Amino acid sequence: MSENKDNFEPRIVAFLCNWCSYTGADLAGTSRMKYLPNVRPIRVMCSGRVDSQFVIKAFAEGADGVLISGCHIPSDCHYQEGNFKALRRAKLLKRLLPQLGIEPERFRLEWISAAEGDKFQHVCNEFTEQIRKLGPLNLKKEVSNE
Amino acid sequence: MSKPKVAFYWCASCGGCEEAVVDLAEDILKVVEAVDIAFWPVALDIKKKDVEDMEDGSIAVTFINGAIRLSEQEEMVKLLRKKSQLIVAFGSCAHLGGIPALANFSTKDEILKTAYIETFSTVNPEKVIPKVKTEVPEGTLTLPEFFDHVYALDQVIDVDYYLPGCSVPTKLLLDAVTAILTGNLPPKGSVLAPNKTNCDTCERNKTKPEKLKIDRFYRPYEIELDPEKCFLAQGVICLGPVTRGGCDERCIKGNMPCRGCMGPVDQVYDQGAKFVSAIASIIDSYDENEIERIVNTIADPAGTFYRFSLSKAALKEKTLRKE
Repeated sequence: MSENKDNFEPRIVAFLCNWCSYTGADLAGTSRMKYLPNVRPIRVMCSGRVDSQFVIKAFAEGADGVLISGCHIPSDCHYQEGNFKALRRAKLLKRLLPQLGIEPERFRLEWISAAEGDKFQHVCNEFTEQIRKLGPLNLKKEVSNE
Repeated sequence: MSKPKVAFYWCASCGGCEEAVVDLAEDILKVVEAVDIAFWPVALDIKKKDVEDMEDGSIAVTFINGAIRLSEQEEMVKLLRKKSQLIVAFGSCAHLGGIPALANFSTKDEILKTAYIETFSTVNPEKVIPKVKTEVPEGTLTLPEFFDHVYALDQVIDVDYYLPGCSVPTKLLLDAVTAILTGNLPPKGSVLAPNKTNCDTCERNKTKPEKLKIDRFYRPYEIELDPEKCFLAQGVICLGPVTRGGCDERCIKGNMPCRGCMGPVDQVYDQGAKFVSAIASIIDSYDENEIERIVNTIADPAGTFYRFSLSKAALKEKTLRKE
């Protein structure tokens, strides 16, 4: 089935850290919170474990958006400063992605604690709608120098 | 017994890879003794027709350097593929797109407009842009087509082996020729170079502090480079951590950081993204705004991290439009 703007369902890959964000997502589930089903979570031990290659590969293989979520800065990280590694990479990726023809809004970094099921719900909904507005990534677009 | 036939060809390249063959110096005599050079436009006067007349598969190995930018290059490499038992992608451009592939950041129209109309030194009042076909009173003139983007060799034809580098280090070339002549070859698709990063063998690795920290990035001309200290410890971007070694660290020994011409090691999926991971994690700050300021001191992230590998970047389909 070919996708166009009308029947487009965004595919979002979410890398969630084991200690905070995945548990937060779990809380949203056990609390019966409803959220859009577009996010495909991948559990990783730490947001600092998310190699930038994972993000690029997700985009290359069909994701319309990529979310990384970890423990709150400055001091929630189970491994002390993995979340800062994620933050630094995210800042650099945000500069790199537009050069490769991808809107930086398709990539998002969030801090969600184990107690924030409602924040997970809110982020999933908001990010899905944001990607829906941007449209499918696979459309071949002209690269501009802007 | 007749000697095995060898051919060399060049596509979108600077000519440095032809130099690399000549750089074999006296060793080239050993090579010439062992093989017949069947086709080498830069050195021998053999025409395309002569190649067409050769039997299919009659050339033992063809070394092709340069990326594919024009339809003429595509035609020639397809012909050589048919005539050769082995094709070796020779040098960064054939291997990964190389410097010419940086053109993939721009569209074909932008490139032609810049080159033929906008540049300061161009005088072109009629705004003539090369076309595949041009009608003149005497008939139709044709030129090769300028593709929408720059391809690595294996995106156009099947490639058996890769010799990386800009240009290919002579030692790797000699080892490859020896391996081919003795039939002592690794599995098809291998890169004929060590699978260790540059940092692994770099002399300056010893000077690397236990924890690398960068509080701003410098371009090489912005600071006086220490001839012995690890470049990353000086805040200078060096692609050594993600780039294949085997080049004998020619640049680093010349006091210039690694720019990544040997391409990624086998374990790396995407050279640029892997480098983002490596470099960003050593930024020395815990403050969001400060991190952003430091990141912004990198002049051209994509152009720097994919300097030689843009044709093979994982996101090439996104940067490149379909023809």
